[in-house]
Amino acid sequence: MVERKSIGNVIPHLILWIGIAIVAFPVYLAFVGSTHEPSVISNGQMPITPGPYMLENYYRTVFVGTSSTTREPVGTMIVNSFVMAMVIACGKIFISILSAYAIVYFRFPLRMTAFWVIFITLMLPVEVRIYPTYKVAADLSLLDTYAGLTIPLIASATATLLFRQFFMTVPDELIEASRIDGAGPYRFFKDTLLPLSRTNMAALFVILFIYGWNQYLWPLLITTRDDMQTIVIGIRKMIVTSDALTEWQLVMCTVMLAMLPPVAVVITMQKLFVRGLVETEK
Amino acid sequence: MEKRAVFNNRLLPFALIAPQIVVTIVFFYWPASQAVWQSFLLQDAFGLSTSFIWLENYIELFRQPDYYNTIANTVLFSAAVSLISLSTALLLAVMADKPLRAAGVYRTLLIWPYAVAPAVAGVLWVFMLHPSLGIIARWMRAAGIEWNPLLNGNDAMIMVVLAAAWKQISYNFLFFLAGLQAIPKSIIEAAAIDGARAVRRFWTIVFPLLSPTTFFLLVVNIVYAFFDTFGIIDAMTGGGPAKATETLVFKVYADGRLGGDLGGSAAQSVILMVIVIGLTAIQFRYVERKVNY
Amino acid sequence: MAGVTLTDVRKVYAGGFEAVKGVNVTIPDGHFCVLVGPSGCGKSTLLRMIAGLETITSGNVRIGGDVVNEIEPSERDIAMVFQNYALYPHMNVYDNLAYGLRNRGTPKPEIETRVREAARILEIDALLARKPRQLSGGQRQRVAMGRAIVRKPKAFLFDEPLSNLDAKLRVSMRVEIRKLQRALATTSIYVTHDQLEAMTLADMLVVMNAGQVEQIGPPLAVYEKPATTFVAAFIGAPPMNLLKMTASEASAAIKGNGIGVPADGGIVGVRPEDLSLSKDGSRPEGGIAFSLTVNAVERVGPETFVYAAPPTGGDMIVRVPGQTAPASGEKVTAVAPREKLHVFSADGRKRLSA
Repeated sequence: MVERKSIGNVIPHLILWIGIAIVAFPVYLAFVGSTHEPSVISNGQMPITPGPYMLENYYRTVFVGTSSTTREPVGTMIVNSFVMAMVIACGKIFISILSAYAIVYFRFPLRMTAFWVIFITLMLPVEVRIYPTYKVAADLSLLDTYAGLTIPLIASATATLLFRQFFMTVPDELIEASRIDGAGPYRFFKDTLLPLSRTNMAALFVILFIYGWNQYLWPLLITTRDDMQTIVIGIRKMIVTSDALTEWQLVMCTVMLAMLPPVAVVITMQKLFVRGLVETEK
Repeated sequence: MEKRAVFNNRLLPFALIAPQIVVTIVFFYWPASQAVWQSFLLQDAFGLSTSFIWLENYIELFRQPDYYNTIANTVLFSAAVSLISLSTALLLAVMADKPLRAAGVYRTLLIWPYAVAPAVAGVLWVFMLHPSLGIIARWMRAAGIEWNPLLNGNDAMIMVVLAAAWKQISYNFLFFLAGLQAIPKSIIEAAAIDGARAVRRFWTIVFPLLSPTTFFLLVVNIVYAFFDTFGIIDAMTGGGPAKATETLVFKVYADGRLGGDLGGSAAQSVILMVIVIGLTAIQFRYVERKVNY
Repeated sequence: MAGVTLTDVRKVYAGGFEAVKGVNVTIPDGHFCVLVGPSGCGKSTLLRMIAGLETITSGNVRIGGDVVNEIEPSERDIAMVFQNYALYPHMNVYDNLAYGLRNRGTPKPEIETRVREAARILEIDALLARKPRQLSGGQRQRVAMGRAIVRKPKAFLFDEPLSNLDAKLRVSMRVEIRKLQRALATTSIYVTHDQLEAMTLADMLVVMNAGQVEQIGPPLAVYEKPATTFVAAFIGAPPMNLLKMTASEASAAIKGNGIGVPADGGIVGVRPEDLSLSKDGSRPEGGIAFSLTVNAVERVGPETFVYAAPPTGGDMIVRVPGQTAPASGEKVTAVAPREKLHVFSADGRKRLSA
């Protein structure tokens, strides 16, 4: 379209770059913080440019841990976060795809009841039922275990709905052809449905991995031992209330490491990520 | 809405659906109903006897000025986060909707904050706004602005709002961009020919046609501000100073930590459940209407 | 009220694709000009450049004498009817019609008068409160036109407005558009790929192909004296029969005076409706005769089309009035008088006969 010359293409680019700067600035500063000495930071004299201590700080963070309290080195925490995120993502996908399969392709009594039972849980994020859920987990001896971290979060209405919606668009001819070929439910699932669902599964994986990695409230409650903490919790615990003792440069190292896997997943699997976001909100 | 072709197995579907149902009942419905049940009870100080007191816990809640304070905080917080986050994202999406050459690059550069945990976002912003060592705090002092979120409740609220809004920009941006791209170009062209310049076109044509997306995002943002921001508040202010940043979710957590009032804590949880069910219901009923082209 | 003049208008896209290659057209005030050509010939691009929806790489567009190249679409005082109507979905019909006037600050009473007048002319007054999604295709088309006429612009631009309608509706709307334009006497520029629409609507026809103008003129003139083989084959249905011929073949086929086929060969064209089947093999004086073998016969009611092949190969179409026609496989002779023959240069780019 012919537009007034004064606007042209300059303003959109300008605004977008300002936006990108706003979005990136906090992370940039965190990176800067991870490369300086603690005293420089605490005295409020940290400059905007990176400092010389990058390697030492990161080494300490990953292998040694902070000294203010006996905190675990970050390596352990990353493992915990990773386990939690993977189990939640894979577990949710696994359970949900089976449930969706059952609901769509079978007829059994209480089928619709089961569907609604699952659907309603959309409305109950963990934040509204924390203490009773905690009590149940504690009663089942799930405190400070990977099982406790993951199982209570693993039943996902969103994923089930997504798979159900997707299965409804799969043409009936496929299952009929399958049956003519002598395939039972297991073969049909494995040979036909599963390959078709791959993209959706990948898209969901991205979203769920991030969800699992970034969990805060639940791990906070269910883990008390240092060596079971996830990295997000670990960061929080590093910030001691009297901040003279907080080793900010190590905190910032941990922050950078905590952001790395989920951000890397989003950027490398961007198309799937966007698809996952859009599909789960329908 | 039903599949015509199904399998006839009797037991298999139950086996397939069992894991989810079991987890759902054990970790969703049982605790939720416990919460509802407990909200009607009063436990004595030693936990020895319980009595059924109907809605007393709720009434008691609403008698505390603290609770009203928390409600006010939560409403203010949600409104501010939604407003800031949505308008920033809308502006960026409108700019990115033009046929620019680097459109894909811009999108990548703007969506990655979605992957940052709320708690981490909180830590990032604390690092910048901390009164003694934060860079932005230093700049503000140099400019003569008073800034101390550790002591000043308003400053603390501003701090958590900024962190929460920052994190949500990328999600809103994505959906706004998709919404903008769904508007047929010919309608924009028709409006241009009809005498509307860019700004007028935006407010009379684009924004109204974007309203399903806007409404949807508004609901999502409010739910986000109510519930997902726990990590931000815990990491930045712990609800303080003096409960200035205590939201409903945080209050449930904090009160429960202290122990003691099981009934009151349960009542708070139930109130939150009602709110989220209401918001989700609105989302499903009203947001599904799409504009036809 | 204004004429539209295009001087050397060119459009080159980033990447080098030249969509419009230097077009010169003068459209007098009040005329109905149709840009016609196959898909991709640049007619829509040209229209959009006149509208301001595409930038102009070089050349000038003048509306009413003023150069408008740098002027925004909203300032050009033109109105456009889109192929998919482009009605504003969130506004009712009244607001759709009033939108343009409101943007220009027209006072409310005048808006009311003009909207109601336009609605009356187009017979959509009963629909003013409805939203676009509640209207049929034909009704939406009327609203789109109402939106244009309410503004009393300098020129109307139509971008294939009837393509999305079913065949019957297309015919009736065509007639209405023509009547409307005559009544309003507004300069109109109409883009279509349908040569029938072009022939029936136009005061002046601009035939385009691959970004260039092939011919400009009144429809019947273009029909009777096409300037190139492209125009000859594009205008008129079924298309003109075009045959490559050397000078000697031409003299053999046509007794009497030569028709001016150049020494190194040319293309001779004759329309199916100008051919007739000779019963006894005789032909008009100086006319042409073809010995053909019938391949197929199409009876459409008032006439019949005979598809037949000359011995050298290729295909020809002969139009026969009525329903009696030869059978497939039969040998027939098709003849045409000399005045009905068109001769073109060998590359088809130049008309050689008068």
